[in-house]
Amino acid sequence: MSLNVEHASVRTLPSEKPLRLLDNAGHAVTGAATGGFGLPDTETLLELYRKMVVARRFDVQVTALTKQGRLATYPSAYGQEACEIGAVAALTAQDWLFPTYRDSIALLTRGIEPADILQSFRGDWHNGYDQHAHRTAAQATPLATQALHAVGLSHAARLRHDPIVALTFLGDGATSEGDAHEAFNFAAVWQTPTVFVVQNNQFAISVPLERQTRAATLADKAVGYGMPGYHVDGNDIAAMYAVTSAAVERARSGGGPTLIEGVTYRIEAHTNSDDPTRYRAARDVEHWKRRDPIERLEKFLVSEGALTEAMRAEITDAAEALAARTRDVMTIEAELDPLELFDHVYGRERAALLEQRAALEAEIAAGAFAGHEGAAR
Amino acid sequence: MTATATSTPAAEASAAPTQLTMAGALNAALRDAMTADDRVIVYGEDVGPLGGVFRVTDGLQAEFGEDRIWDSPLAESGIIGTAVGMAMYGMRPVVEMQFDAFSYPAFEQMVSHVAKMRNRTKGRVTLPMVVRIPCAGAIGGVEHHSDSSESYWASTPGLTVVMPSNPADAYSMLREAIESDDPVVFMEPKSRYWSKAPLALPVTTAPMDRAEVVREGTDVTLIGYGPTVRTALEAAEAAAAEGLSIEVVDLRSLSPFDDETVGASVRKTSRAAVIHEAAQFGGYGAEVAARVTERNFHHLAAPVLRIAGFDIPFPSPKLEEYHLPTADRVLAALDTWEWDA
Repeated sequence: MSLNVEHASVRTLPSEKPLRLLDNAGHAVTGAATGGFGLPDTETLLELYRKMVVARRFDVQVTALTKQGRLATYPSAYGQEACEIGAVAALTAQDWLFPTYRDSIALLTRGIEPADILQSFRGDWHNGYDQHAHRTAAQATPLATQALHAVGLSHAARLRHDPIVALTFLGDGATSEGDAHEAFNFAAVWQTPTVFVVQNNQFAISVPLERQTRAATLADKAVGYGMPGYHVDGNDIAAMYAVTSAAVERARSGGGPTLIEGVTYRIEAHTNSDDPTRYRAARDVEHWKRRDPIERLEKFLVSEGALTEAMRAEITDAAEALAARTRDVMTIEAELDPLELFDHVYGRERAALLEQRAALEAEIAAGAFAGHEGAAR
Repeated sequence: MTATATSTPAAEASAAPTQLTMAGALNAALRDAMTADDRVIVYGEDVGPLGGVFRVTDGLQAEFGEDRIWDSPLAESGIIGTAVGMAMYGMRPVVEMQFDAFSYPAFEQMVSHVAKMRNRTKGRVTLPMVVRIPCAGAIGGVEHHSDSSESYWASTPGLTVVMPSNPADAYSMLREAIESDDPVVFMEPKSRYWSKAPLALPVTTAPMDRAEVVREGTDVTLIGYGPTVRTALEAAEAAAAEGLSIEVVDLRSLSPFDDETVGASVRKTSRAAVIHEAAQFGGYGAEVAARVTERNFHHLAAPVLRIAGFDIPFPSPKLEEYHLPTADRVLAALDTWEWDA
């Protein structure tokens, strides 16, 4: 369906039931529940399946490495693969992604190297990849702040008649932030080519959704800003991909921003330092594990005869190879240069910073940090 | 204030000097920057048809159109946050916070993103953006219109913070700020918007990261910035009549701090005082006093003094005169030093 048609009626509330193209048993959904969106073609679904399998293997590997002490922290996206991959797969390489700390697997899907993604979580440097090369902003830790960056960048592109789109992820908790409101409003007023994907994974660390909002759905909020909102089954990658693709196309053709809520669940803890048993029941987690986004698509592809054993084996091999590569690069300690701390604060040299740099250099030379990470050189 | 203008190196002066206010000089700087570089875009609250509440953007929308300068929704974090994205794309946004006390909703964007982007990306992403903030008091403003918020920004690594005190610097420093590849907090003392100086534009004054000696003297160094440069000059004039020779340093840049120029002056005079409108406790003057003392202690004949606003929320219009530093208060403070030693 064309989202341009929808644009004329942005006061229409999103569907109360999440829009869905594949049900949990892997059967194609028909009728009103699809919101008029069609199932992506099999080739696309196979590619999405592959990306999800690889992403999950990466996520599981990084969580394991974190438990082994190789990383300072890692916010897992286990269970959210359909939201993460479905959304970014709808972008072209020219489009921009503005991710949060939760979205490492989306970065992986954008082609960023594991070692570069994980530099920040390992504690080496705050951001480890070339944002311009990958058209992917640094993973934002402050909530919803990056949504405004997405609006600004996409508006600048529009002023330059550059047909790119910026997509940003937010969590359910982030929708309570003032910057989320300001981003939605600026985007709608300026009609920027921005797509907001809210991954409603039910918890902001420990706080459940009902303590964030009285709105029936987070997608409902779109109506107040005068933009279309879509309430989507976030564990159905076919739906996430179809809806996001339409939103991206609408943005690209000058139709303005869209708010998409993907209803999903964070299977893992918030990070390795979190204890989810304090705020949610194991049976809830089990309930959502039975709604696994990868298994859902797999069932469909197998029933269609599109996914053969040979293909599964090949995808598993690729995932394992990536996991091995991730283990390898995380085993090698990065060479850190403490003096680089002073190199990227300002473009223009500052006398006071040069003095402090010299002081640290002298401390290091005197052996003050002998045996410490990075300081031995 | 002519001291800075007369010390200006001969710029490509294209017109005979005319009387120009600081607001007019800033307007000319924006116009010239927008003409020189189509990446320069301007937005904020009321900057369009109205020309800004201080008229700094007067006439610019009519001249450049709504794609170059426009009214944004009324949300300061949104203004700064979107400017980050625009600068990432390659624009050079110049955005306005209507009053300094209205800039606080943008604090997180400023501190967590604007200030840190170059550092966190190892220089791969820079933010060439200017945040113009009308600042300080003495304009009879009602509550929330007269704050001095400079120390919040100046104490944030990654930000460059400057404040001109006169029309020539206002023009030259704003042009330089817009050409900078790093974010600049450009603070404009509201009480000086209507101060005039004869000016031939374009004018190039000293680099914006340098302090300037705007009056030479031998006995005391008075350090001011923005609105208090005039206070210092008034104090110096009054003191001269009593035989006290005061040197006045206009800091111009709060971050970085020009240790070299200030230190040279203090080592010459051996006595220093810093003047600002902001509250004294934890104010910018504390950093000035500490730096000057640390680096010049053995040249000092007396402790470095701070003549600042009281440690109170900014007063209502009819009471602000009691709060703001005056030349008399400066001279009274200098009298507390032991002068015979």
